[in-house]
Amino acid sequence: MSQVPISLPGEPRVDEAQARSHGLTPDEFRNIERILGRTPTFTELGVFSVMWSEHCSYKSSRKYLRTLPNRGELVVQGPGENAGAIDVGDGWVAVFKIESHNHPSYVEPYQGAATGVGGILRDIFTMGARPVASMDSLKFGSFDHPRTRYLVGGVVGGIGGYGNCVGVPTVAGELMFDASYNGNILVNAFCLGLARSGELMSAKASGVGNPVLYVGSATGRDGIHGASLLASAEFDAESESKRPTVQVGDPFTEKLLIEACLEAAKTGAIVAIQDMGAAGLTSSSSEMAARGALGIDLDLDKIPLREQNLTPYEMLLSESQERMLIVAARGREAELQAVFEKWDLHAVVIGEIIAEPRWRARWRGQVVADIPVGALADEAPVYDRPVKPPAPSRNGTKPSIRHPEPAAALKALLENPNVASKRWVFRQYDSLVQGNTVAGPGLSDAAVLRLKHSRRAIALKVDSNPRACALDPYLGAVATVVESARNVACAGARPVGITNCLNYGNPERPEIMWQFAEGVRGLGDAARALGAPVVSGNVSFYNETEGRAILPTPTIAVLGVMTDVARQVTSFFKHAGDAILLIRTNPPRLAASEYGAMFGGGNESLGSIDLQREAALVDGLIDGAERGLIKSAHDVAEGGLMVAMAEACFNPDGVLGAEADFAALGLTPTAELFGEGASTVVISASSKDVEQVAQIFSGRGIDCRSIGRVIAEARLRLSPVVDENVLDLQRTYEQALPGRLAANE
Amino acid sequence: MKWGVVRFPGSLDDNDALWALGEVMGQDAAMLWHKDTSLQGAQCVLLPGGFSYGDYLRCGAIARFSPIMESVARFAADGGLVIGTCNGFQVLCEAHLLPGALTRNRSLSFVCDRVHVRVENAQTPFTRTMRQGDVLKLPIKHGEGLYVAPESELRQMEERGQVILRYVDASGREDDAANPNGSMHSIAGVANDRFNVFGLMPHPEHAVEPMLGGEDGLKIFRSIIESVR
Repeated sequence: MSQVPISLPGEPRVDEAQARSHGLTPDEFRNIERILGRTPTFTELGVFSVMWSEHCSYKSSRKYLRTLPNRGELVVQGPGENAGAIDVGDGWVAVFKIESHNHPSYVEPYQGAATGVGGILRDIFTMGARPVASMDSLKFGSFDHPRTRYLVGGVVGGIGGYGNCVGVPTVAGELMFDASYNGNILVNAFCLGLARSGELMSAKASGVGNPVLYVGSATGRDGIHGASLLASAEFDAESESKRPTVQVGDPFTEKLLIEACLEAAKTGAIVAIQDMGAAGLTSSSSEMAARGALGIDLDLDKIPLREQNLTPYEMLLSESQERMLIVAARGREAELQAVFEKWDLHAVVIGEIIAEPRWRARWRGQVVADIPVGALADEAPVYDRPVKPPAPSRNGTKPSIRHPEPAAALKALLENPNVASKRWVFRQYDSLVQGNTVAGPGLSDAAVLRLKHSRRAIALKVDSNPRACALDPYLGAVATVVESARNVACAGARPVGITNCLNYGNPERPEIMWQFAEGVRGLGDAARALGAPVVSGNVSFYNETEGRAILPTPTIAVLGVMTDVARQVTSFFKHAGDAILLIRTNPPRLAASEYGAMFGGGNESLGSIDLQREAALVDGLIDGAERGLIKSAHDVAEGGLMVAMAEACFNPDGVLGAEADFAALGLTPTAELFGEGASTVVISASSKDVEQVAQIFSGRGIDCRSIGRVIAEARLRLSPVVDENVLDLQRTYEQALPGRLAANE
Repeated sequence: MKWGVVRFPGSLDDNDALWALGEVMGQDAAMLWHKDTSLQGAQCVLLPGGFSYGDYLRCGAIARFSPIMESVARFAADGGLVIGTCNGFQVLCEAHLLPGALTRNRSLSFVCDRVHVRVENAQTPFTRTMRQGDVLKLPIKHGEGLYVAPESELRQMEERGQVILRYVDASGREDDAANPNGSMHSIAGVANDRFNVFGLMPHPEHAVEPMLGGEDGLKIFRSIIESVR
């Protein structure tokens, strides 16, 4: 049945100006008119504006994302569904993804971060996987910026408030402060779910006549245009007024929804399921239909509402949280409804799958939208935006001013919030619930989760390296991927899959588009070299305020698998008398280092990264762990070798010390002590195993040398550079973040 | 022995308690749905941690009105063993099966950590395999664990030995810095005056496997098993 959709009384006139206020260009508006063969109704205009927004359509990034490696023998699901999936063995499939919630978190930090967690959880359990772990990558502005402390408190509170209440442990994360995020923080939320092999759910509609069920919370007016006007535009002085576009989270309902959806999946009556995330009912219904090359007919009068008198426009664009859309097998809706009723949740039939590939919505007996399904999905515009490298003179780091004494520099670094202990943050997160957390936050270079009824374990790490990406967006992205993979390998796991959240500025600027293109190229090259496919991801553009972009920030999460959880390795020295070994592929540099940012001296380039050697280092770390030869492994990251050595002494079961003759080893230059970059790992091993460990690495062409030993005395004695009390260093390291957060209160 | 683990909407550590009792300890443990009234012959009922009903009102304030709680109250009145951990402790206080109340942590923040608690009374069904003064290392994870009761009632509880667990440092010394939430008298766990209902903020069910950070929680469950035998 075809019926021309009608405009409703009181609706604004639809023209080019109206389209522009919806974030659509004149070209895009003309394109819509061409597709429909008429002017869209106001409701349809709203629908197009969200589905063609950068956030939903990936119109600027799609061209590049296609180049990423996403196949592999362990890949169960690559890009295209709500999350990627990897076979982790023993009948388990790991489903995972990371996603941004940057702009909402800046405008309303608690709810923005909370609903970021809620949204990524739904992407996971919509796949039929139980969410088992979360991670978060957070970037805030300068510590001294007046808004920073408010934002930190709100974001951490929101992540904890939501994550703790839904019972998904937050097991790892990262936190960085840099002035480039003053007006645009980053909140990237990761979730891992587990499903049994062969039990994944799909978001591809099938079966003409199958009913469409709306389940979960009722629809309200919150979050309208979250995806388009908030997520797909730069910030300006008016951004605060966008607070109503931020959704409000209800973690209790989410918990019920998790249990109900997983229980409903077991009935076998679900044909397809997708969460109503960005662009809510519109995106979930049109995307499910498009994947199945079918149409969908929605009756908006059936939608459970929080308040009366929502217009079709509002119902279709609402981003109210904790809602899912299900295509049920015809005749089995009652079975599903019984499950949702048990959990006190709405489950209402609001439409059906139709053969004609149209996306149609009716309200009060009239058709209010009738659009070819493809126009909302695959046929959305794709742009090949101009790219241009910036003028070469720009340099991210300060010129060298003064070099403090190494001991003073070490303390200053340990006190630097980018280096200091993040305990103040992760103590506010439940990292234990579900009973699988073998290594939670602060214990290992990667979080380690055991698989029940199996010897296997999963390792997780999220990383980013914005300063390196600012210096060289290609090498910076490569360095980020290899660092995450190396961290997972430090824990003893083999990296098997990658997800990414690519945070950049305005893609309409050629320099930003160039950063992005280079970043994706680096991500792809590194992923290929490591044999770890990129199975899911998210792009966040328009991270700028009044024309000033954030540092390019590709956030990378790596999933690793270890075959025997008993062989997992933590980052702390274990026993006095053990040998300390230094393994590296490259000499460290001050470029893009934390030391360089504090004291200057980091003006050179990132050098080069040999991906084959990086892969060999990862392989060696896994080999050493699997053979039980490596007692501890800690990657040299922010703060360089000195900080890594100090951190390795902070064993939570009782601190230890370390002794080495840095003069004899030639490790006294500043770049050796505090430099960063690919790739250095400090490991410890029983003195009798040193030969074997050295062979593991030298056999792979990796530089490995014994540099000292672990001592019982709590001193970091790296002569002649430092001789410090480890307990004092630990106090500095632990008190820095809470101290600085409290200081200005 | 037979255990019943109650599942309220919003319970989170229910599966973990089932795992600890069933898989780790080989007990016969069943889930009890909050809308049901049968305890399915359980010899001990466990109210798990979590955020029942989202804890949007007061922690445990809604859960206490669940149909299953009438049965739990009757079971306790008949002398049956009931243990509540974290949110379960809050529910037991709201249901007046235990004295006192749990309020917002002193820090005003959620806290997840491993803490030390000292066994103050080893003559109860929940602690009988231990000795007075023993120190257990158990995880906590809560936003509202600050135990309060009127001073006069606290005095009586102390005299009767109803204070079962107290937060201490690793050496077993009571110390304000070792009190993670500001509880009065550093109280981590209390029993009723008949000693058949026990509530504690720490999570014994998350301390049953060495790989996951220790197994001191087993001591509490073993005490219960021995008491029932």
